[in-house]
Amino acid sequence: MSENIGMFGASGSGDTSGFGGLVRSAANFGSSERPYGSYFDEVADELERAYPEFSDAIEKVIVDRGELTLHVKREKLFETAMKLRDTQSLRFEVCLGVNGVHYPEDKDRELHAVYPLLSMTHNRRIRLEVSVPDSDPHLPSLVEVWAGNNWHERETWDMFGIIFDGHPGLTRILMPDDWPGHPQRKDYPLGGIPIEYKGATVPAPSERRSYR
Amino acid sequence: MTTHDAYASATDTTEGRVYSVTGGDWDSLVTEIGQTKEERVVVNMGPQHPSTHGVLRLVLELEGETITEARAGIGYLHTGIEKNTEYRTWTQGVTFVTRMDYLAPIFNETAYCLGVEKLLGITNDIPERASEIRVLMMELNRISSHMVALGTGALELGALSPMIFAFREREKVLDVFEMVSGLRMNMAYVRPGGVAQDLPKGAVAKIRETVKELRHNFKDNEKLLVGNTIWMMRTKGIGYLDLAGCITLGITGPVLRSAGMPWDLRKTDPYCGYENYEFDVVTTDTCDVYGRFLIRMQELEQSLRIIEQACDKLEKSEGQPVMVADKKIAWPSQLSVGSDGIGNSLEHIREIMGTSMESLIHHFKLVTEGFRVPAGQVYAAVESPRGETGVHLVSDGGTRPYRVHFREPSFNNLQATSAMAEGGMIADVIGAVASIDPVMGGVDR
Repeated sequence: MSENIGMFGASGSGDTSGFGGLVRSAANFGSSERPYGSYFDEVADELERAYPEFSDAIEKVIVDRGELTLHVKREKLFETAMKLRDTQSLRFEVCLGVNGVHYPEDKDRELHAVYPLLSMTHNRRIRLEVSVPDSDPHLPSLVEVWAGNNWHERETWDMFGIIFDGHPGLTRILMPDDWPGHPQRKDYPLGGIPIEYKGATVPAPSERRSYR
Repeated sequence: MTTHDAYASATDTTEGRVYSVTGGDWDSLVTEIGQTKEERVVVNMGPQHPSTHGVLRLVLELEGETITEARAGIGYLHTGIEKNTEYRTWTQGVTFVTRMDYLAPIFNETAYCLGVEKLLGITNDIPERASEIRVLMMELNRISSHMVALGTGALELGALSPMIFAFREREKVLDVFEMVSGLRMNMAYVRPGGVAQDLPKGAVAKIRETVKELRHNFKDNEKLLVGNTIWMMRTKGIGYLDLAGCITLGITGPVLRSAGMPWDLRKTDPYCGYENYEFDVVTTDTCDVYGRFLIRMQELEQSLRIIEQACDKLEKSEGQPVMVADKKIAWPSQLSVGSDGIGNSLEHIREIMGTSMESLIHHFKLVTEGFRVPAGQVYAAVESPRGETGVHLVSDGGTRPYRVHFREPSFNNLQATSAMAEGGMIADVIGAVASIDPVMGGVDR
């Protein structure tokens, strides 16, 4: 994540607050150590047992705020998903969609896709996270595994430009078909209409001076 | 047919001759189409259509009156709420997300606030009274939302009276919302750390009275529809989706419960203290529109039960705080409902303007800057009237969200349209969509 300097978002304006020298870098989460707590150890153990390539597929395991996140390599995403769905002791039969997150500062891992999984059988939740570089934003589609991911993957393509290989019809879903760009990316400004009042203008929200 | 017809023009495509009908002279069109052997009609139902439950566009491919392919086109109500929240403080986010699923604003707010509280690590510090008010408001909201689902669902299938009764009851619930929060819809009442303000005096008594009226009046619709032959013929066996279909499509809410699965987050993964309330999860095993209709009808009664229990609890917790004690998070500004609507509490204004400089600084800092949320990501979910409303929040440690994503049940469940409608009659697609009860504000966000 990014490093923020100063207290306000906009630069170039006079800083009278005295907080201009403030440097704040966001926390970088390392892999969590065992025991993970809760049912997370069991899930990890079962997945390891069912999936021999586990250590190769999983980049890191993060336990934070009572939630388990498995960072998966994209080449292994499909296999991992199949194992998570089909293994008797795991049975993550519901995928609650895909959500993209754009981290422009995270070199070669700019685009993240996050899959919240739910096992109704065991009443457990975990999360899969995959990252792809902006220059090669390809991910395997999981529509074959969870058919309900169809629209969610279209939305993530629409909003972030992640291409899901093997999707049955990867078209825009929320934006018009001929829309240029992917609005939820951080390099896409919010826009807005500059309003002029007696010669002065009110800038768009993304350009306003604001707290970080 | 050589003259140009502005309403029914024909174009030659790679798949043969295509006629686009937008109105006008049917006779001439029928004559021309009658000459071709193939009878494949593509009908665009919506986005402006009284039966599609909002700005939903259904592209139906027909063979006679049978649907061979159904596709849903969405995005007509996309407002970029998720993007907008990235430019506001965490508290201001509430005013945005409440407008997503506009029939269930309290659920959006609660899901969002539960997420923010989880990120802050204050989930266990939320005062009990705040959780009780949240539960009360959510269940009232479930009633008002189900009322629209039932009323418009019946209306779309041609039954007008249920709509009149349903909206009459919904008004009563909205009156309660107005009394409590000052607003009938999009209240932004649930805030990170608690709720915006305590219940006004006499609210619990008024709610108890409303519950009594509602319980009595619900019978009107029940008498009209339950067991009604015409209604059953239009809804039984229609929009069939079994459990396997529901699971693979990630369907939640009444549609999943109509396939016999007693899955309700209030029971399986309780939040806001739902484990302390007694209620039943209603299911049917018919997998059809009628089953979903029955579930919604009975969920009304379950909601009334929860509201009554919440009223009991609220009477006991009278006077307790409704906002987290941590002054670095709790919203400093106080509101009061006056005769002219909601506004600033005069007492609070007097304090910050007249007596305490520190209060003013504190108010100013928290209102303009907001609080900082430690970096990380969480997923929080509540059982909304339509299923699992999940929110995925990412914070970079700043005063504004890094990413807010809503997993809207309407969005997800609408995918089932094809599975429910294909192979059925064109008239039944209306019932199928109505039984999913999509709210386009939630679908498109």
